[in-house]
Amino acid sequence: MTTVGTFAPKPGAAPLPRMIAAQAALETRMLLRNGEQLLLTVVIPTLLLLLFGSVDIVDTGAGKAVDFLAPGILALAVMSTAFTGQAIATGFERRYGVLKRLASSPLPRWGLMTAKTASVLVTEVLQVVLLTVIAYALGWSPHGDPLSVLLLLVLGTAAFSGLGLLMAGTLKAEATLAAANLVFLLLLVGGGVIVPLDKFPAGAQDVLALLPITALSDGLRDVLQHGAGMPVGDLAVLVVWAVVGLAAAGRFFRWE
Amino acid sequence: MRSEPVVQVRSLVKRYGAKTAVDGLDLEAGAGVTAVLGPNGAGKTTTVETCEGYRRPDSGTVRVLGLDPVREASALRPRIGVMLQSGGVYSGARADEMLRHVARLHAHPLDVDTLIERLGLTGCGRTSYRRLSGGQQQRLALAMAVVGRPELVFLDEPTAGLDPQARRATWDLVRDLRADGVSVILTTHYMDEAEQLADDVAIIDSGRVVAQGSPEALCRGGAENTLRFTGRPGLDVGSLLKALPVDSSAGEVTPGAYRIVGKVNPQLLATVTSWCAQHGVMPDRISVERHTLEDVFLELTGKELRS
Repeated sequence: MTTVGTFAPKPGAAPLPRMIAAQAALETRMLLRNGEQLLLTVVIPTLLLLLFGSVDIVDTGAGKAVDFLAPGILALAVMSTAFTGQAIATGFERRYGVLKRLASSPLPRWGLMTAKTASVLVTEVLQVVLLTVIAYALGWSPHGDPLSVLLLLVLGTAAFSGLGLLMAGTLKAEATLAAANLVFLLLLVGGGVIVPLDKFPAGAQDVLALLPITALSDGLRDVLQHGAGMPVGDLAVLVVWAVVGLAAAGRFFRWE
Repeated sequence: MRSEPVVQVRSLVKRYGAKTAVDGLDLEAGAGVTAVLGPNGAGKTTTVETCEGYRRPDSGTVRVLGLDPVREASALRPRIGVMLQSGGVYSGARADEMLRHVARLHAHPLDVDTLIERLGLTGCGRTSYRRLSGGQQQRLALAMAVVGRPELVFLDEPTAGLDPQARRATWDLVRDLRADGVSVILTTHYMDEAEQLADDVAIIDSGRVVAQGSPEALCRGGAENTLRFTGRPGLDVGSLLKALPVDSSAGEVTPGAYRIVGKVNPQLLATVTSWCAQHGVMPDRISVERHTLEDVFLELTGKELRS
């Protein structure tokens, strides 16, 4: 039981770094605890890598299948977390009043968004470690400059986060769930992840090359498979998507 | 408990499209517990959510603890606690996990375990939010509103759908908050809740405050009270009326059943009994009917159903 004075006011916000760290930790726990999210972010990329890396289903051109596949699967992992997972989770947080409740807490909105981004990045690190280990086990031999790879992953994350948050902040939660999964599937097939882009008609290729998933998988493949330098064209595509997506999300996001 | 107003609303107007939800509302709430009553759609939640900083006024001013809830939100938010009407928790989060998280956002939070025990949530700390019962979800939301040791707590229908035990527990908590100097603004549909808890009641209808005062003052002022007694049929009501204060009325409702309407107080009761003594009447079944807050509420807001 409580005694007199228990509730005596003593208000105050926790230090900002502590609030953001706590929020990021909670968001990450929510994500790792959610079965559907794990299916999307861990199980599907892992299975695709194992299946297409060990069985010759799609003609991936010269060289080992895994050298073609691993960069595409890494791009898919980024999309699954930053776009699909984040869109679905945020859509339901908005629906269940979580965003509304947090908006009246001492944590500022930009702090919440920072925490969400941190949670996405932590998840991506776990994904990259897991997928890299599997790829190595399948005989992967990556090349290239790690800085280019990092830049691609970060810009890809920014581009997909903007699009995911735009969707979560404007559509109903159920619509976000359906649309985010549909987009995931379409981009998985049409974005150069497991199916080489040159399998598509020439006209379609030009359009598909402008998709963020294509830019990310193609850029990663240029560097990791072919040892190319900074893939400027792909980075530029990702920058445009990131700027447009994040600006639109900032403009149109509705908190409840 | 009167002092500086904790909430001050002046000429607040809030429209949603063509609909005017709040229409020039003035409200001042001091320290203690203020209950905001009103039919559905009266503008209660809109008013409270404007105070919480969720909505921008179309016109008028709102000050909470002396601050503008929108422009000075970052200064205000640590000082207030908010309980939403529903939701507010990650569906996959466990009850204690969410409460601990909100505690971590504050500099000097309450002890989470004590609070969990206090609100009877001990058994469900490990249960995920979506598996809690409605009443448990409400109590968790209440705990989240107070864990940061705020100066002012907003409770939006805190006992809606609770069983009687949980309702009592919530009432006790509100009383303890008040005793410890926390101000509370609560919206409710339950008149007994307002009567039990509130120092001050504001009744809102059609986007305006139609009455405000302590529950006692509202019950006294809103309508006159009734005294009834039974006796011999055919008593001289005219002579009784002469003995009563001028603004009273008296009548024989059915043979032997008498009703006096007026300012019912000890003097009036004494007048009636001494009149009976003078006339050799043994007044049977004397009863005083006090107007309840519900009578006042229905009188002010009408009896027709609201959407």
